[in-house]
This record gives sequence, structure tokens and C-alpha cells, in this order.
Amino acid sequence: MRVAICFLVGLLFGTGLAVSGMTSPDKVLGFLDLAGAWDPSLAFVMGGAVLSAAPLYWLARRRARPVAGTMFDQPSATAIDARLIGGSALFGLGWGLAGICPGPALVGLAIDPPALAVFVLAMLAGAILSGRFTRRNP
Amino acid sequence: MLDVFYLPLIGGVLIGLAAGGLYLLAGEIAGVTGIVRRAVTGPSRSWALAFVAGMMAAGAVAALAGSHDWLAGIARSSLPLLALAGLLVGIGTDMANGCTSGHGVCGLSRLSRRSLVAVATFMATGVVTVFVVRHVLGGAA
Repeated sequence: MRVAICFLVGLLFGTGLAVSGMTSPDKVLGFLDLAGAWDPSLAFVMGGAVLSAAPLYWLARRRARPVAGTMFDQPSATAIDARLIGGSALFGLGWGLAGICPGPALVGLAIDPPALAVFVLAMLAGAILSGRFTRRNP
Repeated sequence: MLDVFYLPLIGGVLIGLAAGGLYLLAGEIAGVTGIVRRAVTGPSRSWALAFVAGMMAAGAVAALAGSHDWLAGIARSSLPLLALAGLLVGIGTDMANGCTSGHGVCGLSRLSRRSLVAVATFMATGVVTVFVVRHVLGGAA
């Protein structure tokens, strides 16, 4: 049940990424290019996503447990520290270089396997390196 | 051209429904960084693997769905550049415990201050990176 739900939700999530244009480096880099021919369309992606997710989070907060599960995952980290800011800065650097973030990379694996496999393998290597050399939040 | 904004808006709503739905139905945060980490190292790998499989299946459906260039612009990045970008994205999202989905969609929907700082930071360095590559170095990234 849980596994089937998560597969379908992943399918919906990936479909949303493709429909929205987030899988296109041209779109992403056009959005980040404030000094060029700025393409504001991806602001609508974030806006639409937050507006539709927020009521569902609100509904979840009124429940003791998820529909198919035992407990809600509650992110425990609250610190705004160098690790958060430094990590986000590096992520933005990588995102700005190729115009791909982790979700679209997974969706793209089936569309352009060689290019996205290189990106995803490097991404996994980066995460392993980070996990080994910097301490993780509990 | 209306599709300039309505496709992003529709796609965004689908992303939000999936992210909110994953929390309401399964109690899990739809952050791709965390889900990939779970899928590879655990604990509770099965739901995370199912989510990743669903995302990849969406790509397969898109690839079969016809001639639209879903990855428009990918060919302008060389493989070494893709490897460098992927490495930076992997290190950064692991350190920050989240990316565009976890901090951007889920975190902002939960009104997390930590996520707001993360989003402002990666947007800022993304904008600076594109500015330097396109307008200072003059390359075609």
C-alpha cells in the first residue's frame, strides 16, 4: 500500500517537473539569468507548488498519523548555520552551471540516459564525499 | 503566449499536490535529496525506492509521449561540466539537507525559516553563477 502510494506520488511529482519546464536547463538558466532575457515562468512553478502543498500540510497537521503510515516525519534541524548556508551556496553554484537540480535529474535519466547518468553518478559521489567529510545533522 | 505561464503553473500545482500528498498519505517529506539518500543508504528504503522509480517512470512516459524537448538545453553542457555540476549539487544538497524540492517546495509550504534561508542562498549563488558564465566569461552554459 505505502510502496504503491509512493510510486504513484513519485510519478505525479516527476510529471509535474516535466510539465512545468523544470527539466529544461534552458528554462532554469533563463530564470536565473536576471541580467539577460529574464524568463520569469519558473516563479509560477514554485508559487503553484507552495499554494497547492500548503493546504495538504495544514490538513496533515490536524491528524495524529498519516493515512498510510505510523508517524509524520518532523524535520528536527532548526539551526541556520554555516553548513546550511555553505551547502546551499554550493548547490546554487552547481545548479547555475548546468541548470539541473536533483528531481529533474532523476526524471531526465529515462529521457537522455548518458548525460543524466553522468550528472546523477557525480551527484551521488558528491553526497557520499559530503557525508564522509562533514558532520551530518541528527 | 499563455503557455509561458500556465504550463509552469499547472506543473507547479502537480508538484505541490505530490509533495503535500506524500506527507498527508505517507508522512514523508518530498525532498529529492533526502529520498535519494534513503533509497541508497536506508533506513526504510522501500518507499524511497518506489518514489524514485515513480519519478524515473514519469521521465520514461515523457520520452514516449512524443517530440517535445523535455531537456531543452542539456546538449550545451559537456559531460565534464555535467560531472562538475552534479558533484557540486551532491555535496551542497547533502550539506544543506535539501534542495529545490525539500527546502523550496516542502520547507516553504511548512513556513520553515531554515528553508527560506536555504532557498534565498541557492537562488543567489545560482543567479551569480549564470551571470558570471553568460555575461562575464561570455560562455554558452
